Amino acid sequence: MPQYAILMYEATPPDELPPEVLEAHGAVDAQMAAAGGRVLAGVALREAATATVVRDGLVTDGPFIETKEGLAGITVIEARDLDHALELARMVPIASGGVEVRPLLGFQVLD
Amino acid sequence: MLAATVRVTRDLDAAEDAVQDAYVSALAAWAREGVPERPGAWLTTAARRRALNALARRRTLQAKLPLLLEPGAEPVAEDDVIPDDRLRLVFTCCHPALAREAQVALTLRLVCGVATEDVASAFLVSRATMAARLTRAKKKIAAAGIPFAVPAAAELPARLDTVLTVVHLLGTAAHATLSAELLARAVDLARMLRALLPDATEVCGLLALLLLVRARAATRAQPLADQDRSLWDRALIAEADALIVGALRARPPGRFTLQAAIAGVHAAAPSYAETDWPQLLALYDALARVWPSPVVALNRAVVLAEVSGPAVALEAVDGLADALRGYRYLWATRADLLRRLGRHEEAGEAYRAALELTEGEVERAFLEDRLSRTGRAGDPRSG
Repeated sequence: MPQYAILMYEATPPDELPPEVLEAHGAVDAQMAAAGGRVLAGVALREAATATVVRDGLVTDGPFIETKEGLAGITVIEARDLDHALELARMVPIASGGVEVRPLLGFQVLD
Repeated sequence: MLAATVRVTRDLDAAEDAVQDAYVSALAAWAREGVPERPGAWLTTAARRRALNALARRRTLQAKLPLLLEPGAEPVAEDDVIPDDRLRLVFTCCHPALAREAQVALTLRLVCGVATEDVASAFLVSRATMAARLTRAKKKIAAAGIPFAVPAAAELPARLDTVLTVVHLLGTAAHATLSAELLARAVDLARMLRALLPDATEVCGLLALLLLVRARAATRAQPLADQDRSLWDRALIAEADALIVGALRARPPGRFTLQAAIAGVHAAAPSYAETDWPQLLALYDALARVWPSPVVALNRAVVLAEVSGPAVALEAVDGLADALRGYRYLWATRADLLRRLGRHEEAGEAYRAALELTEGEVERAFLEDRLSRTGRAGDPRSG
C-alpha cells in the first residue's frame, strides 16, 4: 500500500491543547486501523519556539519561518490511495489549523 | 518508488491514447474480451493497445472525432462497453486534490481526447505551458495516488459537484470565446455523464443549461434584448425543457438545474418584453438560497428591475459594490439602471468604469454605444 505523511499544523501550542484533542490523539491510531489504514510511525513536536536552526553551518534560533500555524506533528500511514489517505487524515484531531497529506518518497526505520 | 512513479505515469500517457480510441470503434476488442475488472488491468490494456499502430489510429480519431460532436449523435455505443472506466477517468481528472485549471485541462485532454495544443488555445496559453500543466497534473495523480475510481456514496455528491463545475467551466469558456467546438465538448461530456449517472438531477440540469447555451449560440454576440429569437434552435430548447421539468423535482433543486430553469424561461419568452419576470425572480431567489454568491445577487437585481423598477434594483446593486468592485457587469448593470432613472451623468461614469474592465470587442462596442448616448443626455432627441 502507498505510504503518506500526514503533517499536522496547529496554531494552538502543544501544552495548551484541550484535553479532548489530546484524548482523540490517543485513539486515532486504532480508529485508522479500523478504517483499513495502518499507522507506521508518529511524532509529536514541541512548539516552534523551541527550534534551533542550522543553515550553511551557522546555528541560530529557529524556526526557519515564523507562521501563525506551526508543524505540530507527523503521522506516517499506509493507505490504499489518496482518497483513503484523506479519509484517514480527517480523523486526525486538530484544535486550530489543518493537515497536509503528502505521498512519501521513502520511509525507513533503523533498528 | 521512483520506478513505480515512472511506470504509472507512463501508463497514464498510454491511457490518453486509449481513451481517445474510446470515441471510435477501436475498443470493440474489449467487448469481445470483456471489460477488465481491475483499473490496473485497464491501464495495462491501454498501454498494450498503444503499441498497436498508434499513428494510424490517431489519424482515424482525427477523421472521426468531428462526427461524434454532432448534436444528438451519441458516440458509437461505447457506453455499453466501458461506462465504468469513463466515469472513473472523469472522477480522476476532476479530483479535488488537483487545481481547478488542471482538472479542466485533464478532462479535455484525457476524457474528450482533445489535442494538447487545442486545449492550450482554448485557454489562451502556449502549447508548452499547457503541456507542462498536464505533465504536472499527471505526475501528481501518479505520485499522490489519486485513485482511478468512482468515489464512495458518501463522497459522491461533493465529488460530482466538482465534475459538473469543470464541465460548466468548459461551457462558460466556450460561451465567452464563442467557441462552438468547445461547447460541443461540454455538451458531449454532460450527455455522457447523464448516460452514466441517470439518477443525478444536477447532471440533467447542467446538460439542459448547456443545451440552452447552444440553442441560443447563433445570437450570442448581441445583448439578450436585441437577439433575433427566430434563430434559436427550438429542438434543443424542447430537449432542455424536458430535462429541466424532471430535474426540478429534486428537493431542493440544485444550482445547475435552477440556472437551466432560468435560461429556460428566457428561451420560452417570445420577446424580451414578454419575458416572465416574476417567474425569473422566484427562480433567482431559489438559486440565491442554494448558491449564495454576489454574482447571482447581481443577476437577480437585473430581474428585480423589471419586476419592481430600476430604483429598487439600484439599491440592491449598490449593496454589492464592495463584493464586485472589479466585476464589469456590476458597473454595466448600474449604468443601465441609472440611465433608466434619468441620472445620465452618473450613468456615464458607470459606463466608463465598465469599459475600463472590458476587453471583449462586442461588449465594448455595446458599452461605447450606450455611453455615447448618455453623453447626449441634454439632447432632446436621445431617449
